[in-house]
Amino acid sequence: MQAFADLYAELDATTRTQVKLDALIAYFRDAPPADAAWAVYILAGRRMKRLIGPLKLREWLAEATALPDWLVEETYQHVGDLAETISLLMEGDDQRHAVDGDLAEWIEQAILGLRKLDEAEQKAHVLAHWRRLPRPACFLYNKLLTGSLRVGVSRGLVERALASLGDLPRALIARRLIGEFEPTAAFFTALFDPEQREEREGQPYPFFLASPLEGEPDTLGDLREWLAEWKWDGIRAQLIARPNGTWLWSRGEEPMNGRFPEVEAAAADLPEVVLDGEILAWDTQVLPFSQMQRRIQRKTLGEKLLREVPVIFLAYDVLEYQQADWRERPLHERRALLEKLLAKRGDNAIRISPAVNAADWPLLAELREESRERMVEGLMLKRLDSPYRSGRVRGDWWKWKIEPLTIDAVLLYAQPGHGRRANLYTDYTLAVRDGEAYVPIAKAYSGLTDQEIQKLDHWIRRNTVEKFGPVRSLKPEQVLEIAFEGIQPSPRHKSGIALRFPRIARWRQDKPVAEADTLEQVKELLNLYGG
Amino acid sequence: MQDPLIIPTDEGLYCPAGDFHIDPWRPVHTAVITHAHADHARSGHLHYYAQHQSVPILRHRLGDHPFTGLAYGEQIRFGRTTLSLHSAGHVLGSAQVRVAHDDGRVWVVSGDYKRDADPTCEPFEVVPCDTLITEATFALPCYRWPPVQQVGQQMWDWWSGNPDRPCVLFTYAFGKAQRVLAALAEHTDRTVYLHGAMVALTELYRDAGIAMLPTQPVSELPRTEGMRGQLILAPPSAAGSPWMRRFKNASTGFASGWMRIRGNRRRRGYDQGFELSDHADWPALLATIRDCGASTVLTTHGRSDDLVRYLRESLGVDARALTTLYGGEDD
Repeated sequence: MQAFADLYAELDATTRTQVKLDALIAYFRDAPPADAAWAVYILAGRRMKRLIGPLKLREWLAEATALPDWLVEETYQHVGDLAETISLLMEGDDQRHAVDGDLAEWIEQAILGLRKLDEAEQKAHVLAHWRRLPRPACFLYNKLLTGSLRVGVSRGLVERALASLGDLPRALIARRLIGEFEPTAAFFTALFDPEQREEREGQPYPFFLASPLEGEPDTLGDLREWLAEWKWDGIRAQLIARPNGTWLWSRGEEPMNGRFPEVEAAAADLPEVVLDGEILAWDTQVLPFSQMQRRIQRKTLGEKLLREVPVIFLAYDVLEYQQADWRERPLHERRALLEKLLAKRGDNAIRISPAVNAADWPLLAELREESRERMVEGLMLKRLDSPYRSGRVRGDWWKWKIEPLTIDAVLLYAQPGHGRRANLYTDYTLAVRDGEAYVPIAKAYSGLTDQEIQKLDHWIRRNTVEKFGPVRSLKPEQVLEIAFEGIQPSPRHKSGIALRFPRIARWRQDKPVAEADTLEQVKELLNLYGG
Repeated sequence: MQDPLIIPTDEGLYCPAGDFHIDPWRPVHTAVITHAHADHARSGHLHYYAQHQSVPILRHRLGDHPFTGLAYGEQIRFGRTTLSLHSAGHVLGSAQVRVAHDDGRVWVVSGDYKRDADPTCEPFEVVPCDTLITEATFALPCYRWPPVQQVGQQMWDWWSGNPDRPCVLFTYAFGKAQRVLAALAEHTDRTVYLHGAMVALTELYRDAGIAMLPTQPVSELPRTEGMRGQLILAPPSAAGSPWMRRFKNASTGFASGWMRIRGNRRRRGYDQGFELSDHADWPALLATIRDCGASTVLTTHGRSDDLVRYLRESLGVDARALTTLYGGEDD
């Protein structure tokens, strides 16, 4: 545990990738495999099931510190992180010493062991740890307890460290870290096995992710070297069809079996193959994402829903065919195979994502203008002679999205952020004008620069009308331009409208509130583009 | 009910019975200055009263004005009041202002203060009073400073552990920088290099007899000097400025009470945060309120509202927040 706490401190104290990488390699080299397995699990962003809710922890904290609930709450809002708040408030004048025991023992006994206890026993255990642990270890303990630990290490960096330590290709390590795994010593040791074994046949390959195209597309060279497809707005998925079963994985590596029965049924007559694609709500054409959300939100799928919102798997790529890894073959070969495999299936729930053909870039750009009517987000551009890579690698796959919709909205409420935005007002509720009133239209958390955030924070603190717990209502004076990807009717919002992926595009310091958009204007957008 | 001895006005805290202001932010006739930080000491007043160690610093920062230096505990009459200054332990020459009315009431304005050890200034003195006007910069229970020796050790570990890189430590130029120089003298006698904004202030501390590490202005070195393994002190405003360019591959740190919160440290992007503050932490605020025996507490700066609510609801102390213009988030 102490070694992991030291690693954590080292990672936390630097912004340099090389220093982080060296620290990770040293830790993985020296730690017992069972500890290293847990470290991989945690640092790669896996979450353990939360054992004790944050409200319960705050209640215990108030009791243990003899502070009133409101002051614990204020302090938490100020610090912006519950695990850290606990470690700060529980720090006493007493000397506390380094922590004994391995990380694995700690997690399996001190954390997961809580499962077997009733609430009173859980509380006694947790409080004893809070009183005994030095601050950094107490912070880590609480992070594990609340199920999330972020320390500025990406999964890619963990993969690089492991690949470097084992002198193996990173792609192989990436494959072994994907999907579900148990953090055991055996798992960690098997990561470095030079033999490719297929015992985890239902496991997905790492997804290849596209980068946004920033310049003009003609900088990419001859259009004939590229495959253009629509950028579909559904759920990116990997479909694994094998003789002994079918698996569906999301891009976030969640298993999705059972959620889309029509796709699994259609996969039954595929040859043994692994496909990359998109799950879309579709009747005769793609349905708005709001329909797809109905499918995502339900745990059990009723017949009515299956009838009203059927889905299909629109295939982009072939990663494996008849047990051969096709990822290193050029896209044009993979595409030819995909067409051969799927061409004769007609209106089946597994289809091919059609190519968008144009003679030159200007004509393709014209087609892209149809995106909003076609309910797609723009175009994808894929280099025809490129392999299927892992992760977000620039150069071969570009997303050429259409410009987002924007409105000018008024800042109405603000709330402090968390993590590195703790103690800064960064979570905004934005409104549009409706006569003399303001109607909230969206919440947005990102898009301003650090300098702008500081400046707006300063303004917020001096222009607060009322405080409701952590939330401040503000004088309606600041106009922020918000960009969003889609607009839908929503009975759950007061405005009757929901925006998809709202974020702040610009702080319109030049614009008076009287020139901000009105609810009427937003409703016009809904009529034009709302699904 | 008697009129309050000290009231907030547009000019700043004002004592009607003695006709003087304390740390006023607009020009007044008589200004009693608790210490020489910019949000407390401004130019343009006709008469200045301050602790005598504070006077050279005030003169350096504000130019020449009619300053009257007082010793700690020295009494001076203003109208129907007797005024005296008492050590606040914040920076060199920092003072609490004790105002005793002829009718027997005693009020104390704490100014900024701390109760932790600091070899660069006199320790905080507990001044019994009826009403205490206290700062509340760090008035949340998450603020509890580690022992200064521990922070000094962390700074030395960082400096001595980076023999191949310049270590640039950002601190406020007045008070904190000198405290760092004194704390590090327990570990080494090496020379520390100073940003121009700190040179004169550090000399004023030396003139006052404060023992610190030897220093040299960065500007006296040839620009080609890479400063590997050296410690450089600079004000936070130098972070990210062209001045930093000469320190290739520098490791950076910031010494401030705000560094106790991880989010603050990460947001500012420093490699190291050192929890070193010249303000009272939560336990020190509560201890001071208890020790001085005040029946009424008025608060200024920072987390005033939270301290007031806690004092009223949990400790049963009569407390209220005063509105002041002390910027006060600097530490």
